[in-house]
Amino acid sequence: MELLVSDVKLVSGSRWLLLHAVAVFAFLYLPIVVLILYSFNGEGVGGFPPHHLTLDWYRTLFADGPIWDSVLNSLQVALAAMVISLTFGVPAALALERAQFPGKALFRRLVLLPLILPGIITGLSLLMLFNVMGTKLSLVTIVLGHGTALISVATTEVFAGLQKLDRAQEEASLDLGANYWQTFWRVTVPNLKLPIIGAALLIFTLSMDEIAVSFFLIGRDNTLPLEIWGRLRRGITPEINAVSTIIFAFSLVAIVFWYRLRMRGESTAEAGAEFVEAVEGGAA
Amino acid sequence: MFSRAYKTAVTLPPLLWVTVFLLVPYLLMFCYSFWSVSASQTILHSWNLDNYVQLLRVDVYWQTLLRSMWIAARVTVFSLLLGYPLAYFLSFYAGKKKDLLYQLVIIPLWVSYLVRAYAWKTILGSGGVLNTLLQYVHLTKHPLEFLLYSPFAVVLTLTHIYTPFAFLPIYAALEHIPRNLVEASHDLGATPGQTFWKVIFPLSIPGVLAGATFAFVLSLGDFLAPLLLGGPSGIMISNIVVSLFGAAYNWPLGAAISLCMLLLVVSLLVFSERLEKRWSFS
Repeated sequence: MELLVSDVKLVSGSRWLLLHAVAVFAFLYLPIVVLILYSFNGEGVGGFPPHHLTLDWYRTLFADGPIWDSVLNSLQVALAAMVISLTFGVPAALALERAQFPGKALFRRLVLLPLILPGIITGLSLLMLFNVMGTKLSLVTIVLGHGTALISVATTEVFAGLQKLDRAQEEASLDLGANYWQTFWRVTVPNLKLPIIGAALLIFTLSMDEIAVSFFLIGRDNTLPLEIWGRLRRGITPEINAVSTIIFAFSLVAIVFWYRLRMRGESTAEAGAEFVEAVEGGAA
Repeated sequence: MFSRAYKTAVTLPPLLWVTVFLLVPYLLMFCYSFWSVSASQTILHSWNLDNYVQLLRVDVYWQTLLRSMWIAARVTVFSLLLGYPLAYFLSFYAGKKKDLLYQLVIIPLWVSYLVRAYAWKTILGSGGVLNTLLQYVHLTKHPLEFLLYSPFAVVLTLTHIYTPFAFLPIYAALEHIPRNLVEASHDLGATPGQTFWKVIFPLSIPGVLAGATFAFVLSLGDFLAPLLLGGPSGIMISNIVVSLFGAAYNWPLGAAISLCMLLLVVSLLVFSERLEKRWSFS
């Protein structure tokens, strides 16, 4: 690219591109900056310039029982959804990569559909299912909704990991007398550690934020986004900015964590190799 | 290398789960759409086409659907206009800062959808940040009312939310273009403009299609941004569905509209997949 950058015309063209990029970043970050700034604003959510910087909204927030109940609910839902999505999403990826069965194309489409489908369709179709089955709506129905919709995330991440995976290790493990169950847990899973952790993190965050599906499956207990939604309908105070700022801070930690994980991505093949050696040693 | 038992063990559980919690619900939605509601608000399991007839007959349904598609189309175009040049800049000109800038595009995706929509509400409202800023610098005397509770607010917010979605596949497509193709084009005397339009852009079309599909489909089905920022003129088709499943209590009609959306979305996906295959060079 050295060649192109030295080209006069392109340099002038790239200046426009640079300006455009700056503008897009400003557009993407403006609401986030405003949100954080006004969480410290004594005078309410609007009004320029911000007045009376204060931590009062954070104090209100920390004394706000219903918000923390909903945070706890969301954490439980996200954890349970993560378990369901991984339990079914990892085998689904293995099935898609390694097995041939009738209806495979349909299966692939079905698994991936919730990823691109507007949440309202997933939410409503499950609402009808629970209605027909006579299931009472509660956090459990939300878990089932999130767990099902997010299988797609686990499957896509793990499927990508599988395609890079060298099957020789699994073959060696099987040849050396380990059964499929042992091979799965000691060779396949360790080799897929990164995609699995990545998927888990992503599923957790997406579930914590999810609102469109939860909207239809909610029972008596609120998740955090639905609690916020309820308050937005009643009138807004910077307390919402404060809770959003805290969520944002946690998301940032998750991103940094995820990014570190990705950077380390190269050195994961070793865990499986160790097991093959161990079996070999045992056999000898 | 993998035995039959292994293949069954990895296939059967997800297959069963997906059947119960995805396939059956979609089929139920299909069934519901042919049922009806009695005057005493119970669902009658008698099969008929009334809901679909009503969809075509009552103006508000298909007009709202068209308006939603128009809003989604604008969101798609704006997301591409913002996302494409950004992806191009990052891929070809950002040099060492590429990874950092890429992360910066991703970060807003991790901020809750609801929170970002809410932030726009606090910016656009009549006592909001933008209006009070304009008055503060004496550009306007009264708050601009069209900013909030309008289709404009919905398009702006959805564009903000879906620009990173449009950006990602375009960036991936641009990153996959072999750089020696670009150099070859340059060496053979093409101007930078020619290189872009004849080499780079055609090779990035699959990414553009994927990004456009994401932005269009997801904004088409949105109901929270319209509720929060749309006002009466910004109502979208999903808002009608929500009210049919809530206060208006007509699940069968709601199911019929949802099913139309589902079919529209699936056919769009299939269509864009076909196009992507046609345009991909490998």
